[in-house]
Amino acid sequence: MKCQEFLSELTNYLDGVIDARTKAELEDHLAWCHNCYVVCDTTKKTIEIYRDSQLYELPEDLRTRLRSAIVSKCHGRKKSGPERV
Amino acid sequence: MSTIQPKIGEPVSDELALVQAAKSGDVEAFEELVRRYDRNVFRIAQHITQNREDAEDVVQDAFLKAYSNLHQFQGQSKFYTWLVRIAVNEALMRLRRRRPERMVSLDEEVKTEEDSLPREVADWSPNPEQQYNQAELRDILTRTIQGLPASFRTVFVLRDVEGLSTEETAEALDLSIPAVKSRLLRARLQLRERLSRFFQRRENGKEKEKPEPGDTDQ
Repeated sequence: MKCQEFLSELTNYLDGVIDARTKAELEDHLAWCHNCYVVCDTTKKTIEIYRDSQLYELPEDLRTRLRSAIVSKCHGRKKSGPERV
Repeated sequence: MSTIQPKIGEPVSDELALVQAAKSGDVEAFEELVRRYDRNVFRIAQHITQNREDAEDVVQDAFLKAYSNLHQFQGQSKFYTWLVRIAVNEALMRLRRRRPERMVSLDEEVKTEEDSLPREVADWSPNPEQQYNQAELRDILTRTIQGLPASFRTVFVLRDVEGLSTEETAEALDLSIPAVKSRLLRARLQLRERLSRFFQRRENGKEKEKPEPGDTDQ
């Protein structure tokens, strides 16, 4: 297996959606190709860092404000009947 | 090497009942749906629009649009996937309005394979996040993801940050499954490449100067 082939399967590999045979081939490649090992490992870390980063959390006061605005407009629409979009 | 574990589990089983109640005009049932997903919609909207005010507007407009169009929700997909589709469209509309000079499309043609080929293959420190304080780290992550094209950014956020499946992401973005997979791979590799500058292992005694968080190569 060449590095380019490994890369093309990287997303399926990290998501665990490959058959056992391809997985074995990929892991065989990882065992001797240090560059692909590093790319694979740091890609996995990239995903985990973003997933755990809590960027753009909605502050509780803003959350309450937005929700009451939504709910009050929903009540308004209920009275005036369904909107045509 | 282990695989990535998805963050979001199955939807709560009472969800369809809430949707049905909301359809027949029960605003409290709809409010519960808002409570469940407002944070997700806000994150997705801010990632796409890159603007806080726009993201607030998207939260309001997406939920109101969902409420007004509940009769069109057939229940073949999860309510959340349907809602995300509405929210993404609202967010893209705002992004286009703010940047009329740049064509913003989820179908934008992606460049050749070359753009995703790893160039930086230095290993990272064992706990790369700990090299920076919280504010610096947020700044690095925000600027790095903002440098991606909207089409890559959106796929990455839905799949890897919000935990939608490939199929759900395809449905929410009206893309084919191969298109989602291809964008996801490129997004992941490009983010990895850019983060490597900040997170790579520094050799003892040859401490390289840390790049400034604002110093990205976009």
